[in-house]
Amino acid sequence: MDRREAISRVALLMGGTLVGMEYMMSGCKSAPAVNVNVLFEKNNIKLLDEVGDTILPATQTPGSKDVQIGSFMALMVRDCYVADDQQIFINGIAKLNDECRQKYNKGFLDCSKSQRTELLNELNKELYVFRKIRTIYEPNHYFRMMKELTLLGYFTSEDGCTKAMRYDPVPGRFDGCIPYKKGDKAWATS
Amino acid sequence: MTNTYDAIVIGSGISGGWAAKELTERGLKTIMLERGKNIEHISGYVNANKAPWEFKYRLSRSQQMLNDHPVLKRDYVLSEANLYYWVNEKESPYKEVKPFDWFRGYQVGGRSLTWGRQSYRWSDFDFEANAKDGIAIDWPIRYADIAPWYGYVEKFAGISGSKEGLPQLPDSEFLPAMEMNCVEKDVAARINKQYKDLRKMIIGRVANITVPHNNRTNCQYRNKCALGCPFGAYFSTQSSTLPAAMATGNLTLRPFSIVTKIIYDKDTKKAKGVEVLDAETNQTYEYYAKVVFVCASTLNSAWVLMNSATDVWPEGLGSSSGELGHNLMDHHFKCGANGEPEGYDDKYYFGRRANGIYIPRFRNLFGDKRDYLRGFGYQGRASREGWSREIAEMNIGGEFKDALAEPGKWTMGLTAFGETLPYHDNKTYLDKDKKDKWGLPILAISAEIKDNEHKMRVDMMQDAKEMLETAGLKNVTTFDSGYTLGAGIHEMGTARMGHDPKTSVLNKWNQVWDAQNVFVTDGSCMVSAACVNPSLTYMALTARAVDHAVNELKKNNI
Repeated sequence: MDRREAISRVALLMGGTLVGMEYMMSGCKSAPAVNVNVLFEKNNIKLLDEVGDTILPATQTPGSKDVQIGSFMALMVRDCYVADDQQIFINGIAKLNDECRQKYNKGFLDCSKSQRTELLNELNKELYVFRKIRTIYEPNHYFRMMKELTLLGYFTSEDGCTKAMRYDPVPGRFDGCIPYKKGDKAWATS
Repeated sequence: MTNTYDAIVIGSGISGGWAAKELTERGLKTIMLERGKNIEHISGYVNANKAPWEFKYRLSRSQQMLNDHPVLKRDYVLSEANLYYWVNEKESPYKEVKPFDWFRGYQVGGRSLTWGRQSYRWSDFDFEANAKDGIAIDWPIRYADIAPWYGYVEKFAGISGSKEGLPQLPDSEFLPAMEMNCVEKDVAARINKQYKDLRKMIIGRVANITVPHNNRTNCQYRNKCALGCPFGAYFSTQSSTLPAAMATGNLTLRPFSIVTKIIYDKDTKKAKGVEVLDAETNQTYEYYAKVVFVCASTLNSAWVLMNSATDVWPEGLGSSSGELGHNLMDHHFKCGANGEPEGYDDKYYFGRRANGIYIPRFRNLFGDKRDYLRGFGYQGRASREGWSREIAEMNIGGEFKDALAEPGKWTMGLTAFGETLPYHDNKTYLDKDKKDKWGLPILAISAEIKDNEHKMRVDMMQDAKEMLETAGLKNVTTFDSGYTLGAGIHEMGTARMGHDPKTSVLNKWNQVWDAQNVFVTDGSCMVSAACVNPSLTYMALTARAVDHAVNELKKNNI
């Protein structure tokens, strides 16, 4: 990656800065330690797997569950997020279940596929509104975190790179102009 | 005596590697001292063959990484992919009197492992600039002095590029050029036509070999150079100069060797050798030689000199002019423009080209006159967006996933790299109150860009926008992401060359005026910064200086 690519890789994700990155310049805020172990509880991993799989499900190619997206999200939140964002993410799991119960009278894991999709679609719309009016000083939205981590985790996974997209570890040559037709997969790395 | 050599080289990066190669090939028994660990060619590139999914955080940054690297985290360079090529900041702090990004590579090979590899010759527009503008001091050399040495180092290092015949950017001895992609080809044709070749877009000139060269395998278009190349396809100490030096049987490489001072002999007015602190054992050693090459990188070479011969000159060896540590320069960048080429949806590319396009300097040249001095060049590329783009109208689900798995729209960006002027008050000096892990004084750095650079940045954005729009791109927007001196990782100028010992640290052969068997050939010798990437010039100056040193040794002049 050259400088421009390297910078834009992180900046482009979700059309803004990656969660956690905003603290790059300022250094970490001191916040009480969050019990992140809860993320690794079986039920939570399972829920995150299903959230991820609703965002990027299996089609002709594998879905997020196939790449253990729940475990990846938990790992990233534990190691890469600042305490404030960790708390938002953990609270987000409870919020998601609350919204589910209000709407369908059951938790997210007990919902049907179409109910999950309906709910996450609504959260996604909420996210776009939230992002439009949000200032940098406001906390992040938990669904942004879940969506962002799902995209990152899926498209950099082995299945994501080699099945959803095309991965060539050693191209051996550069051809600056080849035909492309709609439906051809993208190269997994740039 | 085992501690006695013909030559000592301090540092093993681009300049140190070249010094070692040239000295040993001329028959001098040489020791190369590197303050950091060893990195073996190929086997030391531990992440070079990893797939994206084999990185724990998929190349994101953990809080641990951010905490451990308070400086490195300011830029793209902090990555789990090659953390082991960057300095341990906790062990080696420095003081920022004004913000200064100092990204250091403390290991064998230095930053030759991670450099951007863009390689451009300077021209007389650059060597004459200070004299014509009345800025700082005149360069003691001209293009004719260095041109043969450019050719000499290029033939060994392997620089790919296209012959263009541009007066402001002389052609190198090129290996075949890399190819532009379809968008870049069209954009280049439109820019070249519109500006009647006064502005020209060319393929980047890069130290990646495009055909097998000197027993090295040609570039495989993986674009993973910064992880170390198992093919040896880009120029680094490990791939190129170190094996050549080792092959002579004349080189000793000593990692974990912090040179604390050059040992100066008042009677002979020459250096006797150097004092070394072993970074692992804390033991002190002395090494002796007839000639010392200081190639520790711009700021650290100044540090070594400042710590040397302080009984004669309180501010250190080479300080008699009052210029040691001063005139610190870099290239200012991170501004330009982006746009969207349309009509190429049926085009894509194969392979990952570790290189972009280049637009050589056109400002304040050929009759153009701006309200600032000097100019800038652009690096850039066109590419199709990947999965990290946002597809606003789509939500979640299978269609969303499948759409993101296809390439997105084409974008093209230009980022300008501008010349910074040599200001006497942009400086580094020893902060004797604070010590590093080894109890050595640290550097304080006080430097910033000024009016000339700020004025230039306006053009750096506007000219990029104008050219992209001229080339027919849509939605062209400018950007200035802010720049701190040092972020260009092109530090230059703390021990400048010159005609006069009263105003310079080094003479025209890179010899310290006050100790003529000490040569400083890294970025510290630079008198101005030009706007092109500087490493190729360090290579040429180093080879030239070694040639002079060997000739002078033969004549018993040093």
